[in-house]
Amino acid sequence: MLELRKDIFADERDDNLKEIGRGTQRQDMLGHVTGTSTYFDDHKLQGMLHLKVLRSPHAHARLRRIDTMEAERSAGVRRIIRGADVPRNLNTLLSLINFGKDDEPSLAVDKVRYKGEPIVAVVADSPREAYEAIAKVRVDYEPLPAVFDVEGALKPGAPVVNETYPKNTFVYHDVYDHQKLRFGDVERGFAEADHVLEQHYQMSPIEHAPTETNGSIAAPDTNGRYVVYTSTQALFFSLDTCAKILDVPSNTFHFIGGTVGGGFGGKVDTLTEPLAILGAMLTGRPVRYQLGREEEMQFGSPRGAERIYIKDGVMRDGRIVARKIRAYFDSGAYTRLSSYAVVKCVAHLPGPYTIPNVHGDVYCVFTNRTPATAMRGFGVTAMDFALECQMDKLAHLVGIDPMEFRILNAYRDGDMKAHRREAKNTALIECVQVAAEKAKWPLREEMRRMSSRKDGGGSRAAVSPTPLEPAPQGAAVSQQRTTYDRAPPATIQPPPPTPTPSPPRPPAPSPSHGATRFSSVFGTRRR
Amino acid sequence: MTKTALQFRHNGRDVALFVDGGVNLLVALRESIGDMTPKFGCGQGGCGACSVLIDGELHLSCLTLAETVNGRAVETLDGLKDGPNLHPLQRAFMEQFAAQCGYCTPGMLMAAKALLDRNPSPSRAEVIEAISGNICRCTGYEPIINAVLAAASGGRARA
Ligand code: FES
Ligand code: FES
Repeated sequence: MLELRKDIFADERDDNLKEIGRGTQRQDMLGHVTGTSTYFDDHKLQGMLHLKVLRSPHAHARLRRIDTMEAERSAGVRRIIRGADVPRNLNTLLSLINFGKDDEPSLAVDKVRYKGEPIVAVVADSPREAYEAIAKVRVDYEPLPAVFDVEGALKPGAPVVNETYPKNTFVYHDVYDHQKLRFGDVERGFAEADHVLEQHYQMSPIEHAPTETNGSIAAPDTNGRYVVYTSTQALFFSLDTCAKILDVPSNTFHFIGGTVGGGFGGKVDTLTEPLAILGAMLTGRPVRYQLGREEEMQFGSPRGAERIYIKDGVMRDGRIVARKIRAYFDSGAYTRLSSYAVVKCVAHLPGPYTIPNVHGDVYCVFTNRTPATAMRGFGVTAMDFALECQMDKLAHLVGIDPMEFRILNAYRDGDMKAHRREAKNTALIECVQVAAEKAKWPLREEMRRMSSRKDGGGSRAAVSPTPLEPAPQGAAVSQQRTTYDRAPPATIQPPPPTPTPSPPRPPAPSPSHGATRFSSVFGTRRR
Repeated sequence: MTKTALQFRHNGRDVALFVDGGVNLLVALRESIGDMTPKFGCGQGGCGACSVLIDGELHLSCLTLAETVNGRAVETLDGLKDGPNLHPLQRAFMEQFAAQCGYCTPGMLMAAKALLDRNPSPSRAEVIEAISGNICRCTGYEPIINAVLAAASGGRARA
């Protein structure tokens, strides 16, 4: 049952809700059907300039020389922006929650790491003049060997994609090259199982393709402030990211957004605002930076491709007794949000099933592909696809109806989850029952009588003995810090807070900025 | 840059303007006239967000040279309302949840209008055909199709 803390949210809403089944007029609909909803690009400002970006034609190359002389003299050009003009030309999005190291420049300086990476920006009177100037920029590239395969990137001698992470994997807690889940002993489980099934799943990157491409317009305001119209899905997140990259206090900016022409996760990366604002700062004029459709595909991040290996041990009676998962998330050339996708993925293992032995290893891998990011359930969607394919195959293997097979293995209230938390408010059995009924899929009477509330706990609440593994060699485990601390970095980091049982403590305040928390996966307990 | 003089009817009103040589109708409408209802989604004829009617016929304004509408009549979503009253298509889109982010809506409505103007009671298949050049990434199309059918039957749901 959802409880609303009335002491805190006294005015929030009536508990006596009667909305379901009744039509409600959405407040933005009139604007949509009359064409008066104002998207970022519907602002027309006096004296507006246009920013376009030169992008890398190589997946991996050293930049030997960038010559903008001729471009600077091109008609209509107001300003050429290079990496050296960006106050803090290295950032990672989740540095706002102190997660990960700064690894992505706004404009490439020494190297380009994927096709489409921005190198030089041109601000001109018209988009056409900006493009003409871009064609006149001369870049001397030294192509480097590139790696496009997640497992290839982990082989010894593979090209280093991103020097911030020389092993081509994101590093968790300063030490770990992947996220692990250990619960019970899968090898023993496989030894006892009647059948073992091992399968391999490969996803593709998926482009969000919002009908409106990413973009923003930044304009000088009074008192040294800037007003920014943006397509972002994450207004304050983008505002803070810009404050960091441009090295100014966040109250320098007045961000206006909220009307987004489709996002689906593809508009959380603060792709255009920093350069648009920098253009406005350097020219004193409003600057518009809108991605074309090709740029949206090449530079705007997709959902990352995932490679997943699943090995399951199952008994003849249908019980899954062991599940071992190894997965690689293709982060592309930079982290953006893939590190977090991996955390979410591991938190989701082994799916909504009670399995006594679970073993998970998930890697966030760098390759010379377009950096990946959030997309609708990222971290979970692809893994769920693989797990549910696997469930069908297992059901087939043991000759049990696939719906009943899920009911048999579904978690129930009181069971122990692989994360050593008790399962509560579970409802998978009921979902399967309703789905079967709607699909007119016959379930045996005994299956129709099962309930998430019954027969959980007991032996299903036990944590099976889990073999210890040697701790990895490396620096002492400490919370990750980025370089985004305005105060001089303390030489000794305070020890991470000891995990406390519920209720969880509020996260420690960050010294430099308001910490944004993405979800309960972070913040309460780290390990 | 060379400018070209241009005159046409915009939603029933005569307009005269100078445009840059080679500029497309989408840019002319948005930047010179200030009619922000046609949207840019691709600039390549792939999405339909920029759809307008030229002499009653459906066109993609991003692929139409502005100069070619000289002396012709251009209609956009901005002219769809009848004074303060919504067009039946607009009412149906509102009632049937036929827009989510709303970015494809101006193009969808113009494509639907082009259909109903020449075929006031289309079949479901004809509606699907009529909006097949318009991409919507949010709604899943079903509510849009239903809204067009509802508008065609004067607001009464059809079998
Ligand atoms: S903007 Fe004209 S079809 Fe996409
Ligand atoms: S409502 Fe978003 S694209 Fe159609």
